[in-house]
Amino acid sequence: MTFWLVQTLNGISFGMLLFLLAAGLSLIFGLMKILNLTHGSFYLLGGYLGLLVLHRTGSFVLAVLAASLAIAVVGVVIERFFLRRFHLQELPQVLVTFGFLFIFSDLTTLIWGGNPQTMPKPEMFANSLQLGSFFYPSYRLFIIGFGLVVAVLLWWLQEGTRIGAMVRASVDDEEVARALGINVSLLFTLVFALGAFLAALGGVMGGPIVGVYPGADFEVLLLGFVVVIIGGLGSLKGALAGGLIVGLLDNFGKVFFPELALFTIFAPMVLILAVRPAGLFGRE
Amino acid sequence: MTARFLISKTPPRWLGALTIVAVLAMLVLPLLLSNYYLGLATQMMIFALFAMSLDLLIGYTGMASLGHAAYFGIAAYATGLLALNLGWNVWLALPAGLFAAALAAALFGLLALRTRGSYFLMITLALSQVVWGVASGWRSMTGGDDGLPDVPRPDLGFGVSLGADAAFYYFVLLMAGAGAFLLVRIVASPFGYALRGIRESETRMLALGYAVRRYRLAAFVLAGTFAGLAGCLYVYYNRFVSPDYLQVIRSAEVLLMVIMGGAGTLIGPAIGAALIVLLENVISAYTERWLLVLGVIYILVALFAPRGIVGFVRELRAKRGAS
Repeated sequence: MTFWLVQTLNGISFGMLLFLLAAGLSLIFGLMKILNLTHGSFYLLGGYLGLLVLHRTGSFVLAVLAASLAIAVVGVVIERFFLRRFHLQELPQVLVTFGFLFIFSDLTTLIWGGNPQTMPKPEMFANSLQLGSFFYPSYRLFIIGFGLVVAVLLWWLQEGTRIGAMVRASVDDEEVARALGINVSLLFTLVFALGAFLAALGGVMGGPIVGVYPGADFEVLLLGFVVVIIGGLGSLKGALAGGLIVGLLDNFGKVFFPELALFTIFAPMVLILAVRPAGLFGRE
Repeated sequence: MTARFLISKTPPRWLGALTIVAVLAMLVLPLLLSNYYLGLATQMMIFALFAMSLDLLIGYTGMASLGHAAYFGIAAYATGLLALNLGWNVWLALPAGLFAAALAAALFGLLALRTRGSYFLMITLALSQVVWGVASGWRSMTGGDDGLPDVPRPDLGFGVSLGADAAFYYFVLLMAGAGAFLLVRIVASPFGYALRGIRESETRMLALGYAVRRYRLAAFVLAGTFAGLAGCLYVYYNRFVSPDYLQVIRSAEVLLMVIMGGAGTLIGPAIGAALIVLLENVISAYTERWLLVLGVIYILVALFAPRGIVGFVRELRAKRGAS
């Protein structure tokens, strides 16, 4: 029983990290129809920058904020100067985002080397809590809570604020939204920056759990894809549900079938694809 | 002049002459080149075929697959495994590799073709990663990340062995040439024109009574099979296969070859492939930062040459013709 509880909690906490990643991927796609292949780089760069700040200042909070904001700025630059001119042109968008994925991948190896780095947990959450009959690391519980808070905030941003209403209007009909005086191009930049911010947030927060290592960019990009394929691209609900599903599948897959770990994620993805090509919460 | 060349189905006479000269040049190459450059030329031909196979999807059918390395790698693994474990010769192992690639393409095609646009991109990429995951995880069968070493160079029987680099070069020239010839015939056939129609307007083709889904699937399987042929040739060339064959980077690289050369022209992707293979070899000799350079090339191509080299030349000619 303890085994199942611990593994389920492990899966959910990892799923929350995937949610942070997939939420950005989904938001960006929902508004701009861009499939952002650089998203994994945002995650990994966030992790490395977080480490840098953590080593310099010793403050985890500062590391999270500085890294995420810095990556949001990187996102703004990429959107403004590179993706902007390729609005709704799929192939050039793929080329540009692939290009940055490779550039960042090589740069991070160049700067931080090929060895995996570990990130210490923030002191506040370095201990374990007793949950009934067993002890569980409090940091993972914190991640679960944090993910839920972000989910609520994003939901509120989308449904309860003026900016969210503008984004929804632009998603539904970009031209009419422009005609109504909504500054769609500013929204594009904001949403892209928010997506990059969330991915970097995942990278820093995930550091103490999964580490920061070369190749993580490709790995999480793929997991992010699977999350949005299962949940439905462009849907927050889908990103949350998909994140939890993939987090759990990944965790139990690694426990039970270590040789075919990827398979436990992909088999359900294929199944959902066959039944609902647009994902659980996607629009047909 | 340019316009007529673009529209008319029969290519101009100079193109035929150029082809003959090119073929003759390729036939005498082994006499002129050292083994290193001959190997480079062999790689160029293999990747030219790989890029042309993807062009059938991107340039002619309007479907951008981000997981084309899957079929390249599946065929390579199938051929390598059969040659190593069962001692099959090239006459058996190569067709088996092609069959494996075609089968995988049919299976993945059925899934991926249910979707469009960004979903299609993601799903083709994700499916190719499934194959990569199996290749690197299933150690007892595939050797995991170490791959399968010592795949023998093909032996054609009748005392004809392709162990020597020049002999193998001619083998690749023949096979890749045959593949390229078939692809040229396919895109010039009524089937090829139906694919172009689907690229331009799916709804119109549906209204005209075309079974669009079947055409798409057929194109997907054909593209996968030709990619498989390139994969088979590459495993014989390298005498080695590893999960590297299936990586995202390889799928992305072949996509770049197609777009950089000029999607929808066949000759363009072949030129793009030759250029990238050459660049990779030259740059890797000086620096380990090939991936960085590659990334920059992606962005430069998107910014400055979205129609590729062939598209650029055509625009230039069109301008000159107009003035």
